[in-house]
Amino acid sequence: MTAVLSIRHLRKEYRPGQPVLKDITLDIDARGVTAIIGPSGTGKSTLIRCINRLVDPTAGEILFEGQDLAKLSGQTLRMARRRIGMVFQEYNLVERLSVIENVLSGRLGYVPAWRALLRRFPAEDVARAFDLIDAVGLSQDFATRRADALSGGQRQRVGIARAIMQNPALVLADEPTSSLDPKTSVEIMGLMADLSEKRGVPIIINIHNVDLARRYAGRIIGMTGGEVVYDGAPEGLTDAHLKHIYGGEDFL
Amino acid sequence: MSTAAPTTRPPAFPVNWPSRIAWIGLALYTIYATSILQLTWARFVAGMDNAAKFFDRMFPPNMAADKLELIYTGMVESVQIAVLATFFGVLLSMPLGLMAARNLSPGWLAWSSRGLIAVLRSFHPVIVSILFVKAVGFGALAGVMALIVSSMGFVSKLFAEVVEEMNPKQVEAVRATGASFWNVLIMAVFPQVMARFIGLTVYQLDSNLRNSTMVGIVGGGGIGAPLFTAYQRFDYDVVLTILLIIIAIIMAMEMVSGRIRRIFQ
Amino acid sequence: MSAAVQREWQRFTPAERIGRGIIYIVAVVAVIWSLRSIEVIPEFLYDAPEQTADLFRRMWPFDWGFYPKAIHDSLIETLHIATLGTILALFLALPLSFLAARNFTKNPVLNFIAQFIFVSSRSVNSLIWALLFVAIFGPGALSGVLSIAFRSIGFVGKLFGEALEEAQRGPIEALTAAGAPRSMLLIKGYWPQVEPAFWSVALLRWDINIRESAVLGLVGAGGIGVALDAALNNLYWDQVGLILAVIFAVVIVTEIVTSTIRSRIL
Repeated sequence: MTAVLSIRHLRKEYRPGQPVLKDITLDIDARGVTAIIGPSGTGKSTLIRCINRLVDPTAGEILFEGQDLAKLSGQTLRMARRRIGMVFQEYNLVERLSVIENVLSGRLGYVPAWRALLRRFPAEDVARAFDLIDAVGLSQDFATRRADALSGGQRQRVGIARAIMQNPALVLADEPTSSLDPKTSVEIMGLMADLSEKRGVPIIINIHNVDLARRYAGRIIGMTGGEVVYDGAPEGLTDAHLKHIYGGEDFL
Repeated sequence: MSTAAPTTRPPAFPVNWPSRIAWIGLALYTIYATSILQLTWARFVAGMDNAAKFFDRMFPPNMAADKLELIYTGMVESVQIAVLATFFGVLLSMPLGLMAARNLSPGWLAWSSRGLIAVLRSFHPVIVSILFVKAVGFGALAGVMALIVSSMGFVSKLFAEVVEEMNPKQVEAVRATGASFWNVLIMAVFPQVMARFIGLTVYQLDSNLRNSTMVGIVGGGGIGAPLFTAYQRFDYDVVLTILLIIIAIIMAMEMVSGRIRRIFQ
Repeated sequence: MSAAVQREWQRFTPAERIGRGIIYIVAVVAVIWSLRSIEVIPEFLYDAPEQTADLFRRMWPFDWGFYPKAIHDSLIETLHIATLGTILALFLALPLSFLAARNFTKNPVLNFIAQFIFVSSRSVNSLIWALLFVAIFGPGALSGVLSIAFRSIGFVGKLFGEALEEAQRGPIEALTAAGAPRSMLLIKGYWPQVEPAFWSVALLRWDINIRESAVLGLVGAGGIGVALDAALNNLYWDQVGLILAVIFAVVIVTEIVTSTIRSRIL
């Protein structure tokens, strides 16, 4: 199976001598859901954000579609980012814009400025946006509602639609369910797994709920202390592994 | 998910009529008003020539000792005017603001106090200075009184709003402990309003300092008078010196007021 | 449990106390110093009530007939000066605000330059700006519009810049991650968030500018101040009274209009 993303010896130090990511080497397949688990502060979020360069790595390579993302900047970085969608813990929608405008903002890397300014997006983009609103489980009359009129779960659905709107080769999700209640969290995880399967888009999810990770991911990467200490199927994740990752048994 | 063409889709971008009308209205108005006032580009360009001569007369700023002394006296007076206007203005605004607060004072009183505040705010400090100059003569006193009036107009209104926005629960909680009226005032009311009140005072000091630089133009004391005199004599280099000093002092005041606000947060 | 420690509750740390103490002392000293230096000519002060009464006697009744011929046109001119000046200021201040906002423009030199322009603009009164512009462009509405504009840039710039800096980072981050160009970050990320603040500041400044435009004529920059200046010079107090009443009415109406609109937007 070809890898869509190859990370080689990735290292990140926010303060010199105190690396948050120590030496990460991973290959992500072009299909399926990969979950990254681990305690807070262990670098899960940093790892995800290094991939699309919201955080700049200190050293290492991030190979994606024939380029090293760690070395890109300016226009080329922007073009590469278009190919990677991202879903955020706080949804990060533009609250005063409507749902469909938020979904279409996934195309801002592709449409010329005048089109976005005058809101004359190409017809097929608009049609796709409506389809995506439908695909994430919202009815059509949500399209013109303002984003701040939506509940948390609904907003995250819009966030997912925006990410898929980019037609990405890879989707990153940084704690997408941490601000949601348990029932909605399950729905959102199911939605992401479903879309990943149907549209053939690999997703990397950063998550701290181990049960959700086990249920929906095809591969689990456990991190602790800035290093990968488990990499395999959810079935192989034993209590001993979890103890190593999270330290201590209190949470089990 | 069906692949049939959807029949009941809403338009993706319904027109926001208020916004659209506002922008178009503004554009049309600008064109209309510019032509009515005869603000043509030609006039502007013609002025550029004058501007060159003007700047020529301004630079370099005049730093002669006698001028500087005159400026110093004038600036000191402006600062004093600002200090006194703020002090008395804020002092008088406290009762006025309390009277205008609808949650504390009876309807008729609140209403008439607000009316008074509106009147105090409507007139530009310069106009009020002219009236006070007629009443108490030329000099700093007229300037101080004019700025007291404008300070009251601003501070009492905002103070009334602060009092109205006060959280009644905190007051209730302290009252429930059986505290006396004054203790309630001190422990529940003041902490809430104090920080904003200090902020208002500092802001008003800043504003009065700016205004005190110009009341002198109509006789209200301060640096406005030497500024205007130099201006009328075409001593633009002196004018520049005065402007630079005014800017410097106000910048310093802004930094100081930022610090003060942070200390009292 | 460890032995009970004698604890005193102090509302402020020692450093804070010293800071507050210094400020109080300085404030008191400043007021006393100012009081002592202010020249008060006692005769003028005793005379004041009589002078004030005299003033009001001369003002009322207003010279109502004065209105149509002299005041109406200059009043309209005042409104135009205020509005055009505000529009011009918004136009100039908007890009500068983006330069001044530290979250949008990361270059500290540009931040500083923009902030410096704003401070200078604010420090010079519109009346003083009017003096300068009348010297350059001659008396008339052009000088008035420029004075209002140049004074307002600092006000608008500061408040709008603050609104920009308070914009949420999250949506901007999301658009960056999607590969949107900088212009789109501005238009689709920042602008929707700060648009209400923009209109609010614009209306607030327009309200203030109506007041300011009325007096610019005192130094020749057009508007109703010209009529006021003439009336004052000739000591036609009944005309002065009428003009002041007209100004008052306009200011009140403007204030009601702007507060209504602002409460709707926010």
